[in-house]
Amino acid sequence: MTTAYWLRCRECGKTYGHQPLSICDECFSPLEVAYDLEYAKTRFTRETISQGPLNMWRYKALLPVKDSYVPQTPSGLTPLVKAPRLGAQFGAQNLYIKNDAVCMPTLSFKDRVVAVALANAQDFGFDTVGCSSTGNLANAVAAHAARLGLKTYILVPSDLEPAKILNTQVYGATLVRVDGNYDHVNRLSSQIAERYNWGFVNVNLRPYYAEGSKTVGFEIAEQLGWRLPDNVVVPMAGGSLITKIRKAFNELIELGLVEEKPVKFFGAQATGCSPIAKAVKNDTDVIEPQRPSTIARSLAIGNPADGIYASRVIRGTGGWAEDVSDVEIVSAIQELAETEGIFTETAGGVTTAVTARLYAHGRIKADELTVTCITGNGLKTTDCLDGAYDQRQAIRPRLADFETFVEEHNAASQGLSLAGESYGG
Amino acid sequence: MAVKVLLPNAFQKHTNNVKEISSTASNLPELVTDIEGRFPALRQHLRGEDGQIRRFINFYVNEEDIRFLGNEKYAFQEGDEVLVIPSIAGGCS
Repeated sequence: MTTAYWLRCRECGKTYGHQPLSICDECFSPLEVAYDLEYAKTRFTRETISQGPLNMWRYKALLPVKDSYVPQTPSGLTPLVKAPRLGAQFGAQNLYIKNDAVCMPTLSFKDRVVAVALANAQDFGFDTVGCSSTGNLANAVAAHAARLGLKTYILVPSDLEPAKILNTQVYGATLVRVDGNYDHVNRLSSQIAERYNWGFVNVNLRPYYAEGSKTVGFEIAEQLGWRLPDNVVVPMAGGSLITKIRKAFNELIELGLVEEKPVKFFGAQATGCSPIAKAVKNDTDVIEPQRPSTIARSLAIGNPADGIYASRVIRGTGGWAEDVSDVEIVSAIQELAETEGIFTETAGGVTTAVTARLYAHGRIKADELTVTCITGNGLKTTDCLDGAYDQRQAIRPRLADFETFVEEHNAASQGLSLAGESYGG
Repeated sequence: MAVKVLLPNAFQKHTNNVKEISSTASNLPELVTDIEGRFPALRQHLRGEDGQIRRFINFYVNEEDIRFLGNEKYAFQEGDEVLVIPSIAGGCS
């Protein structure tokens, strides 16, 4: 039987076949999945993809699952939408949003990685799966595990947003709140994965899990009519997503599905947790860990596992990384919602605010085809908008009351408009 | 003065399956020297071509990344538990 994929050390190149392992025992560097691209050539074509299911599994031939695998978790294939109204705010003429705020079933791009991780957990015979998470991953593992009948142990920082805790527990998951930040949780998860014979999606299943992120890149290319954009703006926590979108583009080029083209990769972080952005700005791939302090908790990873590789991708493609304040994050969430009807969580606020800055600073030109990646849904982090909107008193069910309401509303809007002109002048 | 040192599974091939040691090292450089002295086979894997400890290897003292405690300057305290974790688990985006 042809071996379509195997584990390989990212640094020394040692290969490991197919097993639940994430660290090279020779140089202690991370492993990733490599593919026999010759074998993929006949199985991964525009035609075979177009005949595939309307979800991420249409790219199954370049995901680490066996040919015989029958997908149970139809995630992905989220909208790629043009964003003219948001673009007008930024001075952008060719801006698109990849909207994983509506990724199914748990409304973040984590559904993609978990779909691949749990397919492998089943293949390896694990009956229990786990993860350390800043929320979205917890939701995704809980939901997918419920569907597949797997037991779960899900570790999260104790200060996680209530919606993300509820959205884990509702699936019957065993949630463990840890008194510490994500990096503490992560370290504990590494120890647990060594002690128990479980499939930890971001520890011993990590190489498989990370491959799921490639489907964001495959979809962007296919949805653009099998071409690559000029720029991609990607939020960074552990730094994996941005590297995997690059890997996806490179695989598409190598297999001849898109024309080769230099794509610039831009990374987005919150200033309160910006180790990768800082490394990029210092023109290095040495990541200094930080203690996170930001409302963008899904990006609050002070010691990013793939920071080195993210920094290399960004600097190697002529891109850049920026970081934005919590105030900018909230404003950007509102701006994206008001202009394009997309309600994103704080991480999406980070990406949107950074995108604005990249245009403002001339790092992205107005006419360049730019895709900004929204990775999570605003309904999960509504607490960041607490008090942002006044709730007016209810009116009586009378037309006269409604007419008064409209008059007052118009007057208030005009007042705001006049204030805006004054402010603008 | 002794500290407890927990070694990761990935090291065990080079440590005859020893997972835990007690060390009298007073700081990180001394600890690395101690570990290399006990497990000579580990040395070539622990350091890169430049002779430095490979960058993916993380050291934690009790619950904290040693880099937040002063890294090589941190003086181990009696009862400290040192965790060695190669290539920490990954995060989200």
